[in-house]
Amino acid sequence: MPRGSDVGPAVSTDSVPGVCVVRLNAVVALLGRFPALAGVDLDISAGEVVLVQGPNGAGKSSLLRLCAGLLRPESGRAEVFGLDLATARSAVRRRVGLLGHDTALYDELTVEENLNFWAAASRVDRSAAVPALDRLGVSHRLHDVVVSKLSAGQRRRVAIAAVVMRRPELWLLDEPHAGLDQSGRDLVDELVIDAAAAGATVIMASHELDRTLDLAGRTVVVAGGMVVADRVQSGEGGIHAH
Amino acid sequence: MLTDARLVAAKDLRIELRSRVTVSQVVPFAGLVLVLFGFALDANRPTLDLATSGLFWVTVLFVAIMAVQRSTAVETTDGARRALLLAGVEPGAVFIGKAVAVAVQLLTVEVVLVGGIVVFYGASIEEPFLLASTCLVATIGIAATGTLLGALVAGVRARETVLPILMLPVLAPVLLGATRAFDDALGSVAVNGWSWLAMLTGFTAINIALGVLAYGVLLEET
Repeated sequence: MPRGSDVGPAVSTDSVPGVCVVRLNAVVALLGRFPALAGVDLDISAGEVVLVQGPNGAGKSSLLRLCAGLLRPESGRAEVFGLDLATARSAVRRRVGLLGHDTALYDELTVEENLNFWAAASRVDRSAAVPALDRLGVSHRLHDVVVSKLSAGQRRRVAIAAVVMRRPELWLLDEPHAGLDQSGRDLVDELVIDAAAAGATVIMASHELDRTLDLAGRTVVVAGGMVVADRVQSGEGGIHAH
Repeated sequence: MLTDARLVAAKDLRIELRSRVTVSQVVPFAGLVLVLFGFALDANRPTLDLATSGLFWVTVLFVAIMAVQRSTAVETTDGARRALLLAGVEPGAVFIGKAVAVAVQLLTVEVVLVGGIVVFYGASIEEPFLLASTCLVATIGIAATGTLLGALVAGVRARETVLPILMLPVLAPVLLGATRAFDDALGSVAVNGWSWLAMLTGFTAINIALGVLAYGVLLEET
């Protein structure tokens, strides 16, 4: 099986390398009355793996939520897959996979029931659930266990499997290594590499620079709701301004 | 839309069956409220006879608050609301699915409560079809209104206390209409129960339409 074929985008119309997947121009977005993003300019091309870093409250998660179509731009121009986030957020949402701080799993349902529900809700074939769980190393004996009985790490793996199952064109990973053991972290790294190899675009916010700097080809630094630095990692491990 | 609504309703009902909250907590709670009302009014039997319909529907409203709170919490506790948006589920379908699940729970409780008023209050059912129709229409109205208000308060920090404050006044027309229709069905007061049922049907239809239209906005904004 070619690398990433099981996690690559289900639809790859905009996954041609070089095509701009995310285009943000002076985007302002509010959380309540608080400006979570205060004039973000950012272009991300198909196939890129971008690390978003910055201090707590800098706007990393808000940036991911904006790209997922969950946060409305108040001003500026925001496009994902060429679709305007002010008017076409529903169309964007179907093509992205967001792993947030929440797992979006129902405690009283089993692992398999949860994934079957999200598969049906996302118009994904239910047969995709078990391979996705296998990919995340979730043991078959856990498939019939209710989610409330799982450890935090197991729960996180199931949540990631739910994203994998959708085979999104744009992966938005918020602290993807959080709560995982060493093998889980390695699996996440493999997923990111495979997704990018298959033509998907990956944007991840993380504080774990030792792991994620190696994965990302580009680092975007966010502070105060703005992009304050944008660097591309060179092949020799050095970095230069983008 | 109906496929998504069925999916959401089945999921919510499976969660309820698995947690057994309705059977092990809500039904005993409803029975207890009914019995306590009976104790309070039993000394004055004619008053109890006249108040039976009202006591029944007040108890149903208490139960509805619990059911809607649980239904709302299922989606808000671990970010499932956002995931539903990302999955592309039609918000109107989420509304219908959740309202159906709440209605099924309420109807289950009402079956027990009808038995309760017959056994404990000595009520006799003179018009069973009117009684069943009232239960069905009023319950759908309560479930639809409650589900909509549940989404409205989903983002509020103290939603457990805010929800009853919103729900009870909004559902006052249901309490009035259902009580009057029940009075006729039980033969306790001489009123035209069918005209009250017609009013209930209108209320329910308006709230279903409002829910299908507004639920998406609430899902996005809260």
